[in-house]
Amino acid sequence: MNSLNLFQLLNGLTFAALLFVVASGFTLIFGLLRIVNLAHGALYLLGGYIGYAAALATGSFLLAVLAAMASVALAGLALDQGLLRFVRGFELRQVLLTLGVAFILNDLGLLAWGGDTFTVPVPEALRGALRFAGVFYPKYRLFVLALGLVVFLLLWLLLNRTRLGALIRAGVDDAETLEAMGVNIRRIFLVTFMLGAALAGLGGVVGGAFLTLYPGADSEILVFSLAVVIIGGRGSLPGAAIGALMVGLLNSIGQVMFPELAYFVIFGPMALILAFRPLGLFGRAA
Amino acid sequence: MPRAGPSLPRLGVALGVLLFAALPLVLPTYQVSVATRILVFSLLAVSIDVLAGYTGRTPLGHGAIFGVSTYVTIYWVTVAGGSPWAGMALGVLAATGLAAVFALLAVRTSGVYFLLLTLALGMVVWGVCLRWSTVTGGENGLRGSVRPAALASQVSFYYAVLALVLAATFLVWRLVRSPFGLTLRGIRDSESRMRALGYNVPLHLFIAFTLSGMAAGVAGAAYALFNEFVSPTTVSLAQSVQGLLMAIVGGVGTLFGGFIGAAAIIVLENTVSFYTERWQTVMGLMFVLLMIFAPEGVIGRGLALLRRRR
Repeated sequence: MNSLNLFQLLNGLTFAALLFVVASGFTLIFGLLRIVNLAHGALYLLGGYIGYAAALATGSFLLAVLAAMASVALAGLALDQGLLRFVRGFELRQVLLTLGVAFILNDLGLLAWGGDTFTVPVPEALRGALRFAGVFYPKYRLFVLALGLVVFLLLWLLLNRTRLGALIRAGVDDAETLEAMGVNIRRIFLVTFMLGAALAGLGGVVGGAFLTLYPGADSEILVFSLAVVIIGGRGSLPGAAIGALMVGLLNSIGQVMFPELAYFVIFGPMALILAFRPLGLFGRAA
Repeated sequence: MPRAGPSLPRLGVALGVLLFAALPLVLPTYQVSVATRILVFSLLAVSIDVLAGYTGRTPLGHGAIFGVSTYVTIYWVTVAGGSPWAGMALGVLAATGLAAVFALLAVRTSGVYFLLLTLALGMVVWGVCLRWSTVTGGENGLRGSVRPAALASQVSFYYAVLALVLAATFLVWRLVRSPFGLTLRGIRDSESRMRALGYNVPLHLFIAFTLSGMAAGVAGAAYALFNEFVSPTTVSLAQSVQGLLMAIVGGVGTLFGGFIGAAAIIVLENTVSFYTERWQTVMGLMFVLLMIFAPEGVIGRGLALLRRRR
C-alpha cells in the first residue's frame, strides 16, 4: 500500500483550494438567500467552457477568467430574475427548479461542446514546475493554492469589513427589519447571487486548466461542493474552508490508498459529522 | 382535518388493473416492453412517494437504491453464476441494506437538507459503481442474459412483472394506510407535535425510509430482468430525478399516481426521443415548469381544484 507523500499532499491541498472557490459561492447563496442552487455545478462547467473559448480567442488567461466570471454572473442574474423569482420562499421548489436548470444546461453544453475533453491553456509564467523540499511541483497548482487563500481573504474582508457585507449579514438575521429600515434587500440578495455564480465561473476556468472540462465534470464538482457545505455548515465561510480542506485531503488519500473507492472515503467522515452535528461543523439553525 | 389517506378507489383500481392486464392482448411486442418499463418505474415512483408524500421528505437518492439492486441481481447471475431468483432476492436485500444506511444518516434531517444528503449519498453510489471497475465493469457496466427461461417471452414476462409490481404496491398501500402510515403523516404535518405525543420520530422515519428502499429494490431487481444490462447511468442522479419527476407528475401523496406519472413520462420520453436526442433538456424543462406552475403535481393540482381546499 502506498503511503502519502508530499506530492500527493500538495495535490490534496490544491484540489481543496479549488473546491473552496466553488463551494464558497454555493454556501454564500445557500446561507444568505436560503437557495440551494443545484445548477452551481453546471455554472462551473459553463464558466470553464466560456473561459476556454475566451482563452483561445484572446490568448490571455486573465481575460478568460474575467469573461467567465462576468458571463456566469449574468447567467446567475437570468436564473434568479427569470425563474427563481416565481418560487420565492418555497425552499423545495427552488431546489428542484435549479435541478431542472442543471439538467438543461448540462444537456445544452453537450450539444454545444460535444463529449470531448478540453483543457484551458495556462499562461506561460505558470507553466513548468518549481523545485522545493526535494519534489518538483507544477507551478500552476501552487497558483491555485494561492488563489484559494486570496479568495478566502477577500470574501472574509467583504463580509466582515464592508458596508455591503454588514448588510448581507444583517439580511440573513432579519431581512424584514432591514427592509423596514429602507434597505433594498432584494438588490443585496441579487448581488450575492451573482457573486456566488461568478465564483462558480472562476472555479470553472481555474479548475478547467488542471482537472479538464468534460460532460459530467459539473455533477462531480457539485457533489464535492455539497460534501463541503454539508460538512462545513450552511453559509459559513470558515466552514467552507475547513470542509474543502477535509474533502480535498480525503479525496487525495482515497485516490492513493483505495483508487477504486476514492469516492467512498469522503463519505465516511461526512456521515460521522452528520451523526453528531446535523447542520455541519459551523452550521446554525435557521 | 387529516384525511384517511387514499382509500382504495375500488373502481379506479379495478379499471387500472384490467387495463394493464389487457394491454398485451392489444399491443405489438415492442409496446409490451414499453408497458413493462412503465410498470417497473411505477413501483420506483410509488416508493419515492412513500417518503415525499407521507413523510414530507423528498429523496434524491432512490435511483441509486434502485440501481444497486439491479447491479447485484445482474452480478449474481452473470459473474457469480447463480440463479436469477436468488439474484433478485439478494438485490432487494442489498437495496434494503443500502436504504437502511441512507436512512440512518438522513432521518435527523428534513427539508432541503434531507434532499441534499440523499443526493450526495446517491452520488457516492454512482461514483463507486463508476470507479470500482473490477466488480461493476466501470463505464461499460454488466451485461448478460438474466431472465429465467420460464419468462423468456415478452408477454409472460410482462405478466410476471405486473403481478410483482401490483403485489408490492398493495403492500405499500397497506403500509401507508396503517396506523404506522398515519403516524408518518403526523410527522409530516408537525414533527414537534408527534414528538410531544411520545412518538419515536427518527425510528418511524428510519423504518419508512428502509421499507421505501425495499420497494425501490424490488423495482430495481425487476429492471435487471427487464433490461439485462446495467451501467452507472442506472444509479445516476438522472435516474433519481426521473423517478421523482414521475412521482410529482402523478401527484405527491397519491401513491397510485405513480402509475400515471410513470406512464406519462415514459410515453413522453419515447415520443420525444423519436424527434430529438435532447430528452434531458425536456426533462429539465418539465421540472422547471412543474415547480413554477404545479408543484403538487398534475394529479394533485386536479384534486386540489376539485376539493377546493388547500
